[in-house]
Amino acid sequence: MSAYRDKDPRIHGIQSKIRVVPNFPKPGIMFQDITTLLLDPKAFKDTVDLFVERYKGKNISVVAGIEARGFIFGTPIALEIGAKFVPLRKPNKLPGKVISEEYELEYGRDCLEMHLGAVEPGERALVVDDLIATGGTLCAAMKLLERVGAEVVECACVIELPDLKGRRCF
Amino acid sequence: MLQRALIFSSSNPICSQLSTTAPPDNTVFPKRNGGWIIPFSSYQLPAFRFRNYRRTLLPPLCSASDSAANRPNMASQDEQDPRISNISSAIRVIPDFPKPGIIFQDITTLLLDTKAFRDTIDLFVERYRGKDISVVAGIEARGFIFGPPIALAIGAKFVPMRKPNKLPGEVLSEEYSLEYGKDTMEMHVDAVKAGERALIIDDLVATGGTLSAAIRLLECVGVHVVECACVIELPELKGRERLGGKPLFVLLSST
Repeated sequence: MSAYRDKDPRIHGIQSKIRVVPNFPKPGIMFQDITTLLLDPKAFKDTVDLFVERYKGKNISVVAGIEARGFIFGTPIALEIGAKFVPLRKPNKLPGKVISEEYELEYGRDCLEMHLGAVEPGERALVVDDLIATGGTLCAAMKLLERVGAEVVECACVIELPDLKGRRCF
Repeated sequence: MLQRALIFSSSNPICSQLSTTAPPDNTVFPKRNGGWIIPFSSYQLPAFRFRNYRRTLLPPLCSASDSAANRPNMASQDEQDPRISNISSAIRVIPDFPKPGIIFQDITTLLLDTKAFRDTIDLFVERYRGKDISVVAGIEARGFIFGPPIALAIGAKFVPMRKPNKLPGEVLSEEYSLEYGKDTMEMHVDAVKAGERALIIDDLVATGGTLSAAIRLLECVGVHVVECACVIELPELKGRERLGGKPLFVLLSST
């Protein structure tokens, strides 16, 4: 399900604020730039509201945001639904004891980390990022949460690139 | 487990806003109680982690006896906002990170305390709402945690200030000094317009290098930086003096 297919009236305004930058970070990639959405306070608020309306009152106690654009959407959502915010970060950024999950990039591998103790077993969690492409990052995020016994209720992104079939990772 | 996503794609130009009014005045420097900053009480850390852990005694944030000369951007204030002590106690101090001798102020534990995180944002929003601030610039990455909720609450746009090669559009770059070497900060050139009034947000100010780079980026396109705002200041590193005269507002001070 998606808000786009449901044709929520706010979606058109949000969509129109996202800029596509061709050939970034390399030739052939059409980059979905959400920074222009952030420049429109109403569209940014509508974006957050759409998520909050979906997740408020669902007993979600954790919003995990993926560094760095997941922080931008994840923290307002967490605050509005009364959940804690857990940053999922690149290696060596988090100062405390962490667990790590490796994942595949197009070329090579990367790693996502989460503080141990930030999430308790049985907690219900949401994972937030700006965009889902291949799904590698989101899968790594879900594994981190599941390894500490949390239940990942849903992953939520502003944009999906369906041709890259990220959903099959779930 | 459900798997869903909101989807769309788009291709449109940026819109931006412009407003101009008189600047605000002094930085308020709230007090806090002296004492330990302790880990957030319900955050259960592995016991072995703390075998050699020494807690850091933090001095009062400020007191009525401090001379005004030492705090040029501070309004005298004898009362501490009651929310400050919970915010302070929710921040974890980690010694020897990222390297020996550094006492790291970890705000991630604050984010686990929903009330304290809410209070942190509220303290900034109460200060900046209704002050005609149209831009909140947040410094990657922890400035992305505090900046967007503040921007949303005060009706400003959020502008991410990023490490090199992250922003896809045309950027302005500003180099700044690190303890060893240099780094670069970037901002999209068309994110802001001359005459806009901006706030710069980061979790912590140490030497002030990052904040001053952000100030320069915004000012070089004619934006008026109203104030810099951080959760924590490390006053011994004198970052406040390196902001080109721009005011700095912080919730907590640590040495």
